Amino acid sequence: METRVLSHLRALEAESIHILREVVAEFSNPVMLYSVGKDSSVMLRLAQKAFHPAKIPFPVLHVDTGYKFKEMYEFRDNLAKELGLNLIVHTNQAALDAGTNPFALGTQKCCALLKTRALLDALAAGGYDAAFGGARRDEEKSRAKERIYSFRDKFGQWDPKNQRPELWNVYNAKIEKGETIRVFPLSNWTELDIWRYIEVEKIPIVPLYFAKEREMLVRGNNVIPLEHNYPIQIGEKPEMVKVRMRSLGCTYCTGAIRSDAETLPQLMDELVQFRRSERENRIIDHDTEGSMEIKKREGYF
Amino acid sequence: MSVESQLLRFTTAGSVDDGKSTLIGRLLYEAKGVYEDQLASVQNSSVNRSTGPIDFSLLTDGLRAEREQGITIDVAYRYAATPQRKFIIADTPGHEQYTRNMATGASTADLAIVLIDARKGVLVQSRRHAFITALLGIRYVAVAVNKMDLVEFREDVFRKIEAEFLAYAKSVGLKNVAFFPISALEGDNITEPSPRTPWYTGPSLLEHLETVDLVEARNFSDLRFPVQYVNRPTLDFRGYTGQLASGVLRVGQTVMTLPSGRITKVKSLPSYDGELAEAYPPMSVTVCLEDEVDISRGDMLVDPDRVPHVSRRFAAKLVWMHETPGEAERDYLLKHTSQTVRAQIAKIRHRIDINTLAEQPANKLELNEIASIQVETRRPLFFDSYAQNRTTGAFILIDPISNATVAAGMIEESTAESLEPLKLGSLEFSGETEATVTPAERYKRAGHYPATVWLTARQDLAGMLERKLFDLGCSVHVLADDRESHLLPELARVLNSAGLIAICSIASPDVAEAKRAQELAGDTRFLLVDPQQLPVRDEEASEVLMKMLEDRGVLRRKERFEVGEGI
Repeated sequence: METRVLSHLRALEAESIHILREVVAEFSNPVMLYSVGKDSSVMLRLAQKAFHPAKIPFPVLHVDTGYKFKEMYEFRDNLAKELGLNLIVHTNQAALDAGTNPFALGTQKCCALLKTRALLDALAAGGYDAAFGGARRDEEKSRAKERIYSFRDKFGQWDPKNQRPELWNVYNAKIEKGETIRVFPLSNWTELDIWRYIEVEKIPIVPLYFAKEREMLVRGNNVIPLEHNYPIQIGEKPEMVKVRMRSLGCTYCTGAIRSDAETLPQLMDELVQFRRSERENRIIDHDTEGSMEIKKREGYF
Repeated sequence: MSVESQLLRFTTAGSVDDGKSTLIGRLLYEAKGVYEDQLASVQNSSVNRSTGPIDFSLLTDGLRAEREQGITIDVAYRYAATPQRKFIIADTPGHEQYTRNMATGASTADLAIVLIDARKGVLVQSRRHAFITALLGIRYVAVAVNKMDLVEFREDVFRKIEAEFLAYAKSVGLKNVAFFPISALEGDNITEPSPRTPWYTGPSLLEHLETVDLVEARNFSDLRFPVQYVNRPTLDFRGYTGQLASGVLRVGQTVMTLPSGRITKVKSLPSYDGELAEAYPPMSVTVCLEDEVDISRGDMLVDPDRVPHVSRRFAAKLVWMHETPGEAERDYLLKHTSQTVRAQIAKIRHRIDINTLAEQPANKLELNEIASIQVETRRPLFFDSYAQNRTTGAFILIDPISNATVAAGMIEESTAESLEPLKLGSLEFSGETEATVTPAERYKRAGHYPATVWLTARQDLAGMLERKLFDLGCSVHVLADDRESHLLPELARVLNSAGLIAICSIASPDVAEAKRAQELAGDTRFLLVDPQQLPVRDEEASEVLMKMLEDRGVLRRKERFEVGEGI
């Protein structure tokens, strides 16, 4: 007899689909946070599978800091059209107009205004009671203790010491008005799982993930993209470097890595070789030890 | 790790001093789950309790409070992979007050690593870990006897721990227990056999994790498909979505829908990747059925030959997980598969001391206490014992005021003890003989005798039988136990007294209540139907029941009765 065992990727897929359906069945107004990154792309595919042959039955929200890569905006708009997504883009325009950027305010304040504040405002404006996020527990130490259904109070705050116990695949969806649940269907996926799934499923992703000669600013160990008029210091000169992005954040705060990985298999090889945590190149996590935990307590994903 | 590698979920139990964090750190490191910059971050960590060159435990203690206090206070999930398997590790704290977390981590695990300090041997807490492991139904236990380096890798130390733990494991019902003499700090028997334990011939710990059998534990025989969400994008498509708890779903297969008891067939298993021929656990799928049946979230598709228990009452083991104590006869919400119902702890049978396994009387449940209880729900659940099915045997309790998850429950094999029934105390049947209208007169007018039909778990059939009898001219009424509850025997008796045929439709087999109803109705008027003897199709079953009523002489069917006509 044929052995009926799912591969680990299919087991993860089944778990994620179960979570997506559970939320749609139990909440009145869910939304999916969409960052244009690879994890978001996987989440969209899982949502397509969960509700096939129906269209994805909830809106998709992009909290746009205004400082994303040009290729990300193009990719997002094309995909939204192709999948018939109900795409909502939210920007903290007031903060941008007031000149918010990481050079003027520092990365912490800039993130607080353009990401955390913008996210909380967008969730409140939409009246969403549940929001899917693409975070994975392997990303960072404080994420390892995040629940799949992560309860947030009326101010969007996370209380790590007072989380609801989460057993089996039985999720507690009970909340009062104004409270929300952040839901992480990819909790148990690792970065490598994401890449393998993208490969197996042939999921389209932003080309920035693949190595290419790009015009960059090299400053010490950092290779910095030059979009959005990155302030160059006297004596510095942009140069062509073969790089790719490990993760897609804002252009100011996302360092590139030197790489020759032009295809998915090459990329995964590189990943296994280097085994560097992907957030290393995001400057924000290195502010202080435990900085992600502080941001999450305040309402960040 | 290859695309086809399998997934093993395991949990770790042990206390701060057993070196649990060090072991996990070591496993992650060896299985490439640690990134170099995380290692660097650990080396730079502002808290310095490191004694060696790399403190592996700092890799696993995530939250600031934990780093400051040097303890692990919450379940943390870690990931590692080797070419054979991907591992999801639920790293749970071992300190007593965190039983809740251990149960949480154990709930999804296929295997548990129990850590024992070789110098200390089997402690009270080791027994506790074994008990919770057994309680949460984990199939495999790997006992890691750690710090062997501190006892000169002596075999006698290891064998003594092995014998002692094994005896205890047996008493709590654990099978498949394997033992490993290790040093997490120095890496002995973690990934390969250590030259320092020549007397140990078994596999290394990692090798064991890579090879334990994952198929054997699966149940492919009892179809259980809890309906999660009904997908209706267009008028002509109706898909029932869910994740298979057990059994196999095939196109063309006959299935029963609960609670209706309706029988139909699987028409198709559509998916984004094309039509499937079959589905098995833990796949998340969409099912289309042959017949238009009314199914909603919380219903379940099952194998008509292997139906689960259908009941509003059952016995369970409960782990209390909240500061607010649990009490009997308070309202809770109970979530079981895709169904949420109002429920009460009908009775706390006893509390279990997890250190001694002693059963103690209790009238409330405190945080981290484990108890044997009886549950009563407002609507029937479709369940199996937890020992048989970890999905359909599990539930959580939610406090309806605070919305907190307050308890986790494991349904037991045994059905619930009969509860003290609510009685219509003031109801006396003595008036009958002195009544101005006699039973004979009622019979003459109704054209049939009164009777009580006792039906279990066949809600739709009850309705169909009522319709048939009514159309025949009979006075008949269905009493369903989700409305009238334990009053059924008495209410049926009242209906009988008024000359009616009472159909009692109850969710769960309940011998005691059926017996009481029989006593009240009298043997000749009482029709107890063994659900196993009835055809699964309602139409056929209702004919069988009509025939039984005829055979009893309750009614004659040849001609339609007219009111006042008599038989």
